[in-house]
Amino acid sequence: MLKLFRRNKSAQLFGLISPGALWILLFFNLPLLIVLFISFVERGRAGGIKLPPVYTLENYSQLFNACSSQFAGPECDPFLYIGIFGHSVRIALVVTFWCILLGYPLSYFISRQRPVWRDALMILVIIPFWTNFLVRTYALKQVLATEGLLNSLFMGLHLVNQPLNLLFNEFAVNVGLLYGYLPFAVLPMYASIEKFDHSLMEAAADLGAPPWRAFLRVMLPMTLPGVIAALVLVFVPVVGAFITPDIMGGGKIEMIGTLINRQFGVSRNWPFGSAMSFILMLMVLIGVIAYFRSSSEETRRTM
Amino acid sequence: MASEFAIEMQDVLKQFITPEGGILSAVNHVTMQIKDGEFFSLLGPSGCGKTTSLRMIAGFELPTAGKIFIHGKEMSQVPAFQRPVNTVFQQYALFPHMTVEQNIGFGLEMKGVAREERSQRVSEALEMVRLPGMEMRRPKQLSGGQQQRIALARALVNKPEVLLLDEPLGALDLKLRKEMQLELKTLQREVGITFIYVTHDQEEALTMSDRIAVMSKGVALQIGKPEEIYERPASKFVADFIGETNFIDGVVKAQNGSTVEVELDGTGVVCVESSRTFTNGQQVSVAARPEKLRLNSEIKDGNNISGRVEDVIYIGTDTHYGVRFAGGQKVRVREQNVNQEYHQLFSPGQEVTVSFTRTSPRILTE
Repeated sequence: MLKLFRRNKSAQLFGLISPGALWILLFFNLPLLIVLFISFVERGRAGGIKLPPVYTLENYSQLFNACSSQFAGPECDPFLYIGIFGHSVRIALVVTFWCILLGYPLSYFISRQRPVWRDALMILVIIPFWTNFLVRTYALKQVLATEGLLNSLFMGLHLVNQPLNLLFNEFAVNVGLLYGYLPFAVLPMYASIEKFDHSLMEAAADLGAPPWRAFLRVMLPMTLPGVIAALVLVFVPVVGAFITPDIMGGGKIEMIGTLINRQFGVSRNWPFGSAMSFILMLMVLIGVIAYFRSSSEETRRTM
Repeated sequence: MASEFAIEMQDVLKQFITPEGGILSAVNHVTMQIKDGEFFSLLGPSGCGKTTSLRMIAGFELPTAGKIFIHGKEMSQVPAFQRPVNTVFQQYALFPHMTVEQNIGFGLEMKGVAREERSQRVSEALEMVRLPGMEMRRPKQLSGGQQQRIALARALVNKPEVLLLDEPLGALDLKLRKEMQLELKTLQREVGITFIYVTHDQEEALTMSDRIAVMSKGVALQIGKPEEIYERPASKFVADFIGETNFIDGVVKAQNGSTVEVELDGTGVVCVESSRTFTNGQQVSVAARPEKLRLNSEIKDGNNISGRVEDVIYIGTDTHYGVRFAGGQKVRVREQNVNQEYHQLFSPGQEVTVSFTRTSPRILTE
């Protein structure tokens, strides 16, 4: 057996790969298949699924017509879930937009510092990662609360007469997500911008390009892979986020993540939750494929 | 044109704050005039301020004090994109995400030149740098020499009033560099545009330039034609930086009109012609080029000093002899190997006479 291992390259390779591959197969791929299976069967009365399984497409059709369920009340809105999906995508787009808009200049600024400062500033960007996400979100909640830091400040400065409603609305969810995911935008954009050769901006200026045209024609196209990576890294987790909308929205802001979370909790509708997970996954998959296609095109063009 | 000068720098000062918090004068009160149509070189070791001067003309740096004129118009504080000059960068700075055509056409595009005229002028520019038909290539698909030509075409296609070149041949190998030197010089005559050329290579500067400014520590030490700079260096730095020079230290003994007698300690007196006036007893250096010295061929009315050969170095075209005088001063003498068959004329230990005219050396004090 050992001899075979020493001689055979593919056997060695198999030996190296198999632990990780087995892990992924057992704990990622197999459960995924189970979720896929559940999404096509009828729900059980107290959670779980009906046994023996009864196959159905209702979980998927319910997504497009919320009233197709047998439990639907008379005042049901058929586009309830589609609306929540649209809402989630909108929030994710807004958050991604702001992450990139704020992250790009920040990455640029950091990349232009002297090396010592650059490293220090990048550590400052990364440090929040080392604090528990929940703790950070609750802390932000305290900042935005009615009696919180911001309102106290505004009141103290007599900028407002009564506390602003900063919490438990879409604004709060956006701020919470922006706060949580900004580093994910900064890291890839910083990597791109740091590699960018700034003498190219001088070359553009030399050839008569005002700063904004030089940016649009030279710097932005050359750092686009970083921007697209930031877009994917922020959009994908945000569209499926559930902790932040739950805490910052106070249960009033429904997103795909909170909806799925509820199906496995109080609603006890595993099959519907599974179906929504799959639709979400499909959306993300399409996005990621689009990203890889555009980035490989980019490398092909610049190589 | 409003002025006969393409570029005028008036008492230009550029100071930087160093990381340690000190102030560095990269360009220290430089004044120079560059004539229209001239091939002008800024020559000096790294850190002498030549590149900073060029960058101030281009507009990448703004002077701390002083004025810069481009064809008589003051441009000291005008941003780079509004100046009628173009630059060929040391590392070319071609846009890697664009084709050759897009690179060369970039300046025209910024000026709003229509697409058809643009591609016409781009192919003319490619013709000019002898790379026709390269429009659709990417910079990374080109060799260093080709990229260099594209960078040149990208600048020249805009018909700039002045072309700035920042050590553009630095990254090329020696043979290609020599080739490009001649080509650049020919091109400059053809297009008739003022070229300002930054280099640390004295041979390159001598070969290509109409005039040279030798810079050191932010100061323009001497500005002149190549032969002036070489034959009549104004300071020890210039004499040393351009070509090779023997500095023979001595003391002025007497001056009769233009003839200066310099006493070389322990060796004797030499007579050198100089237009300057010296005081008796002044410490000076007699600067003599190795190729102006002769071995064992006495010059009438010249200086003939005996010495002993210490070392012999054969370098192909020439042989260098190190000769030490009685007073301990050492000079390097260059003899061209003009004989049909090479044979070493002198050997170490041999007594020889070193001869030079009264007019060939310079007397320098600083």
